[in-house]
Amino acid sequence: MLSRTAENLFWLSRYVERAENMARLLEMGYRMALMPAAGDGNRSEWRSVLSAAGCAEGFDSDNTELSQATVSDYLIFNRDNPSSILNCFEYARANARAMRTAITQEMWEALNGALMELRKTSMRNLAKTNLPGFIDWVKSQGALFRGATDSTILRNDGFDFIRLGTFLERADNTARLLDVKYYVLLPETSMVGDGVDNYQWTTVLRAASSMRAFHWVYRDDYSPWRIAHFLILNPFSPRSLAHCMENITTHLERLARQYGQRQAVHSLAVDTYSILNHGDMDEIFSHGLHEFLSDCLQRYRALSEAIAETYYFGGQ
Amino acid sequence: MFNEMEMNGQVREPYRALVDWMDATGPETLAQKRLEAETLFRKIGITFAVYGEGGDPERLIPFDLIPRIFTASEWRKLERGVKQRARALNTFLYDVYHNAEIIRAGVVPADLVYKNAAFEPAVIGIDPPRRVYSHIVGVDVVRVGPDEFYVLEDNCRTPSGVSYMLENREIMMRMFPELFSKLRIEPVDSYPDQLLKTLKSIAPRKCEGDPNIVVLTPGAMNSAYYEHSFLADQMGVELVEGQDLFVSEGRVYMRTTRGPERVDVIYRRIDDDFIDPLCFRPDSVLGIPGLMNVYRSGGVAICSAPGAGVADDKAIYTYVPDMIRFYLGQEPILNNVPTWKCARADDLKYVLEHLPELVVKEVHGSGGYGMLVGPASTKEECATYAERIKANPSDFIAQPTLALSACPTFVESGIAPRHVDFRPFCLVGDDIRLTPGGLTRVALREGSLVVNSSQGGGVKDTWIMAE
Repeated sequence: MLSRTAENLFWLSRYVERAENMARLLEMGYRMALMPAAGDGNRSEWRSVLSAAGCAEGFDSDNTELSQATVSDYLIFNRDNPSSILNCFEYARANARAMRTAITQEMWEALNGALMELRKTSMRNLAKTNLPGFIDWVKSQGALFRGATDSTILRNDGFDFIRLGTFLERADNTARLLDVKYYVLLPETSMVGDGVDNYQWTTVLRAASSMRAFHWVYRDDYSPWRIAHFLILNPFSPRSLAHCMENITTHLERLARQYGQRQAVHSLAVDTYSILNHGDMDEIFSHGLHEFLSDCLQRYRALSEAIAETYYFGGQ
Repeated sequence: MFNEMEMNGQVREPYRALVDWMDATGPETLAQKRLEAETLFRKIGITFAVYGEGGDPERLIPFDLIPRIFTASEWRKLERGVKQRARALNTFLYDVYHNAEIIRAGVVPADLVYKNAAFEPAVIGIDPPRRVYSHIVGVDVVRVGPDEFYVLEDNCRTPSGVSYMLENREIMMRMFPELFSKLRIEPVDSYPDQLLKTLKSIAPRKCEGDPNIVVLTPGAMNSAYYEHSFLADQMGVELVEGQDLFVSEGRVYMRTTRGPERVDVIYRRIDDDFIDPLCFRPDSVLGIPGLMNVYRSGGVAICSAPGAGVADDKAIYTYVPDMIRFYLGQEPILNNVPTWKCARADDLKYVLEHLPELVVKEVHGSGGYGMLVGPASTKEECATYAERIKANPSDFIAQPTLALSACPTFVESGIAPRHVDFRPFCLVGDDIRLTPGGLTRVALREGSLVVNSSQGGGVKDTWIMAE
């Protein structure tokens, strides 16, 4: 497979996944802001969403007032925000167009359809008047694309690069989603473990579309420990860091088999996987959840770079 | 003016079933179908890019639902005529880069060949596989009467539009399945397979085993990018850009995730000037440095061969009937449009005196740019153009304004005749192959004779009726 094609496939699926995760972050902010205790001009939910999305600096440089309307517009439609949902779909489609031959008609139509729709002004209205409705729409576009991919594309190396992009981005985003909880401040009258705190934690679960799944596993024990465990260490949770890393190693292994060559990137992935595989929630919390997540984010960055190097991305 | 659908108030035979069907369907359903077709095109992403004019750079070529139909016997004649031309043009190309017998025999003037910008000295003496230079010949044909066809021009370097032939058919079959089940229309979907066969058959000398084939595109910004990706996809070969290829030790390789992989046949869709910065334009970033050396030594085959453009020049065009007689010893089956060459004093005089009646073209122009359509021009436009001709007479040719045939077409006011032309695609390799079909282009503005997509033309599906 052409290196350029592999690179495009990898980033294409990252962008689709990122768009969806931006929507999930928005969903979190929206739900947290609905809490009565969060009133009184306390807008820390929206600030924390921006921080977790890695977009706080960009937003601040625009000198816009912080509100649901401005943050969601920035995260959805802003052309200067490289991670805005609109830009994610624009990049994804541009990548797809640059290697039309490597993706199927169904995948193209899913991407192209999403972007065409998103460019319409009616979408801007929907985001303004019915943010949850808009968020659902974005998530369904991601699902459509993954479904089209899953049911139509050849199971060759191209498929592996697509899935690598998806799971690397998802791991990155679940870590960021959890990190929102670190950035968001509890109102002064509240404390760790009280109603507001728990509500915020369950919001993380909801944004990861994991409420019911969690319930199946842990019943009604919505403690921060359990929630964090579900999204970090539980291999059965489809958005958990462990599950994502398991898939990343699987697809890297598949590539190693197809190409008959194991390289440094494979051990790097296995190392990260084993940290999650043998991880312990108590230990993670006692060392600091935020520190742990930051370390993960750094590892994902390194992995992404190693994949690029190993498979000659960027015409190396 | 000849109407493809009607003659002497009667519906012509090949259109009868279609007309019955349209009458039964009614204009409202047709209008509805037209919207559906447009949505389909947009969704699939069949666009061509127009840059620098503002608006959406990815445009749809207007697609007309009413097909253009040829009978089996009309097609047989066209087919023979087109193949004959393709054979003569390739013989000519081999000749001018080798012994130049046609020039020595005084049939074609030396200046027209050697001073031609498309003549490529770097190619002299090269023996491309099977002696073929132009592997895909697109011949533009117009019709002025029931049995009168004229060749408007030949396209010997990567003619485009074949993806429209295939996609138009795809859409038509999706929209009107009942018509296809009722009528016997020759299928066009073998084209990609035949193209692949043709490309395989021109594997270079040094190729061992099954040749590795790629389609080389300038990239997603190119106006025909959709077609490039479509063809690569249909043939199941890699679509590459210049940056994906490199030359090493006399062979061409592509950069893959497993390291370098050898390439044997390149179906290039970028111009000569850009394919090798070491040989042609040094500022080109689209090409592959060193490609021409590999080509010369038989390490890679290039379709179409560099230098093939010298045969589709508008000045050379006037000599194609002579080529057919000279090389094949046959009479041309398809006629040229009578042409005045402004390089000749007599012709120049006539052209300048009759400008308002003529179509004048730049010899090296393409795509309908820079031409003068006399009858549709003002006095001032003619006067300005006359000055250009006088300044460089040999850059221009002129032809009578042909009464191009018209085909019923869906326009704002309903169904009305609009002028059409036709481009079938001829493949030349171990065999000469012609898919029964082609691209019919239609001038959507009333009275207009300009069918180019860059000038607001549209396309139609073309049906060849089976015997």
